[in-house]
Amino acid sequence: MNLSIKHLFGLQGVPKDDITAILDTAFSFREVLERPVKKVPTLQGKTIVNLFFEPSTRTRISFELAEKRLSADTVNFSASTSSLSKGESLKDTIQNLFAMKMDVVVMRHSVPGAVKLLAQFVDAVIINAGDGTHEHPTQALLDMMSLKEKVGDLEDLNVAIIGDIRHSRVALSNIYGLKTMGANIMLCGPPTFIPYGVESLGVSVTYDLDEALVFADTVNVLRIQKERQDIGQIPSLREYRRLYGLTRERLNKLKKQITILHPGPINRQVEIDSEVADSEHSIILHQVLNGVAIRMAILYLLASGK
Amino acid sequence: MQIREYKNRVLLTNAKVIDPFKDSIYDADILIEKGKIKKIGKNIPVDGINEVIDLKGLIVSPGFIDIHVHFREPGYEYKETIETGCRSALASGFTQVCCMPNTDPAIDTQESVRFIYRKAERQLVNVYPIAAITKGRKGKELTEMVELSESGAVAFSDDGTPLENSQIMRYALEYSRIVDKPVINHAEDLALKANGLMNEGVVSTQLGISGNPSLAEEVMIYRDLSLAHFTKARIHIPHVSTAGSVDLVRKAKVDGIEVTAEVTPHHFSLTDEYMRSFNANGKVSPPLRTEKDRLALIEGLKDGTIDVIATDHAPHTYETKETSLDLASSGMIGLESAFGLAMTNLVHQGHLTLMELVKKITVNPAKVMNLELPKIKEGEEANFTIFDPEEWWVFSKKDIYSKSHNTPFLGSEFTGRVKSVFTKSSYVTL
Repeated sequence: MNLSIKHLFGLQGVPKDDITAILDTAFSFREVLERPVKKVPTLQGKTIVNLFFEPSTRTRISFELAEKRLSADTVNFSASTSSLSKGESLKDTIQNLFAMKMDVVVMRHSVPGAVKLLAQFVDAVIINAGDGTHEHPTQALLDMMSLKEKVGDLEDLNVAIIGDIRHSRVALSNIYGLKTMGANIMLCGPPTFIPYGVESLGVSVTYDLDEALVFADTVNVLRIQKERQDIGQIPSLREYRRLYGLTRERLNKLKKQITILHPGPINRQVEIDSEVADSEHSIILHQVLNGVAIRMAILYLLASGK
Repeated sequence: MQIREYKNRVLLTNAKVIDPFKDSIYDADILIEKGKIKKIGKNIPVDGINEVIDLKGLIVSPGFIDIHVHFREPGYEYKETIETGCRSALASGFTQVCCMPNTDPAIDTQESVRFIYRKAERQLVNVYPIAAITKGRKGKELTEMVELSESGAVAFSDDGTPLENSQIMRYALEYSRIVDKPVINHAEDLALKANGLMNEGVVSTQLGISGNPSLAEEVMIYRDLSLAHFTKARIHIPHVSTAGSVDLVRKAKVDGIEVTAEVTPHHFSLTDEYMRSFNANGKVSPPLRTEKDRLALIEGLKDGTIDVIATDHAPHTYETKETSLDLASSGMIGLESAFGLAMTNLVHQGHLTLMELVKKITVNPAKVMNLELPKIKEGEEANFTIFDPEEWWVFSKKDIYSKSHNTPFLGSEFTGRVKSVFTKSSYVTL
């Protein structure tokens, strides 16, 4: 199976056939992960560097695990961009690492487009593990995989994305991926969380959570980034919870079941109540396991032939 | 680029002369003697002439003026020097430039103003310093504007750093009335700009890049125009970039405010669509805007709201551009590509006549900065830019004389090219 893309910078412009192939492959790898011996020799002899310029626990561990399950050799590099800016330049760091002959680079960076910059400097397969507020394609792919697993077809599925859309790479990747797969998307949050002209992406917008819940078959609840709240986009977490928190009472008012996703880490009792997050309608823990499978699929599809 | 002192008596034949003072274009031969125009006319006899230069198909204009350049000296000589900047200016036919004071140290003392003049003394381009409005460009205390003016500062600006304190801006405008020289404020409300890395709009949303909204510029221009109105001072608005700003300036002119405005070639040539490449060469301040803004800027040029085309030539070394968008420096070089862009995107697109364009890079900027612009007239200094309005060319590295190469226009196709320059008894061919 071959993808039309050579790198995974984001899901913007990635064709439906590619996304379908990634999801199908991921389901096969999911089976591997259920076996007693969870390892395949697919990427034996390949060297992968996990280049994390921004702190990450889940995504980094998920990638590392995926790489190990595929028998690749991996090295990790973590640095904060701020220390980098004072000393060695990004380009120098990358070229130094690459001089050691890497086949694949998995990169997280705090600035949109940093992965594209990387592609100018190195001749390796590049996988975006999140570039600032731009994209986080593997997260969106694992979201889509989890939804597919739960509800079947993504075509015409009504998905509401709730929270700080303006600063969310998860939201943007989900929008690009889900639109390509034929889903309908409604964004929901206070106006200060909705970016300018986002309707241009073919989505609808509401400031009213109840309206979004009436629309939705499934909701993707974004994490409130408490560290961002000093900018003053919302007056308080308390009022946010009142207006946009996914509570049992709200869900009880609906005459339907809604599937709930959350990219983690969860702020319990802020954007989502514990009772809801831990309920049978939440597929948050499926997302985590599917994350490993998705990353295995992408690594396999992009790197095995190279 | 070849530079040589020309012979005593040079005859330019078959010239088409464009005279922006008199709105006329006419055919003539020009006899130059000892650096001055001896005679303009037809069939000037060639006996006793040391050199004849045939200008068939070419146009002779008064030397171009760029009132907004960064020559980086003193302090950032690794990006540009006055010497390399002047060569860069000549490449697009500019024989007079005004350089911004965001140097290290800032141009905020008489000595630093004199330093610029001294450094530029032997250059073929006249370099006029714009002095800082406030000491160290810190926005707190006014510089000695009168003494700076006496030393030769042509205007005042804290370029790159907006004067945020409205009271200081008011004082600057009021005090500037003693010298009657323009105050130039980089119009950007920093709180609204926040950490914006490109224009805020549909494109920034689609790319997830933090946006710097057009209103950051517009609220500051609105404030500055109000202050200028109240103080009756002269204000010049640099690098106007949004449709709303053009409207504000247009209305201010109707209201009788003494305002002039400039636009850069990159703002009338490119839009925020360029940022889809994530290439930091598109990071400028103010940012590249939308197509609607670009068309409004052109409309402003057409109806006279925008008086001047100025490059905001901002050299940066490549390592500060080959980096992530947040760390990348703001600005692009603009001198070498300026005339090609203006001809291609304004004249050949039918937006401006050749005369209108020439005015925006000769008489109008001279008026804004009170500079003397030699006329093409017997007895005047021979200061011409000679160009081919129809030559097609591809802008490439070899056309760049700046120390830096930070431009998004490499590989762009232009129609219209500067061929040679007469300045200070020298003949520069490109």
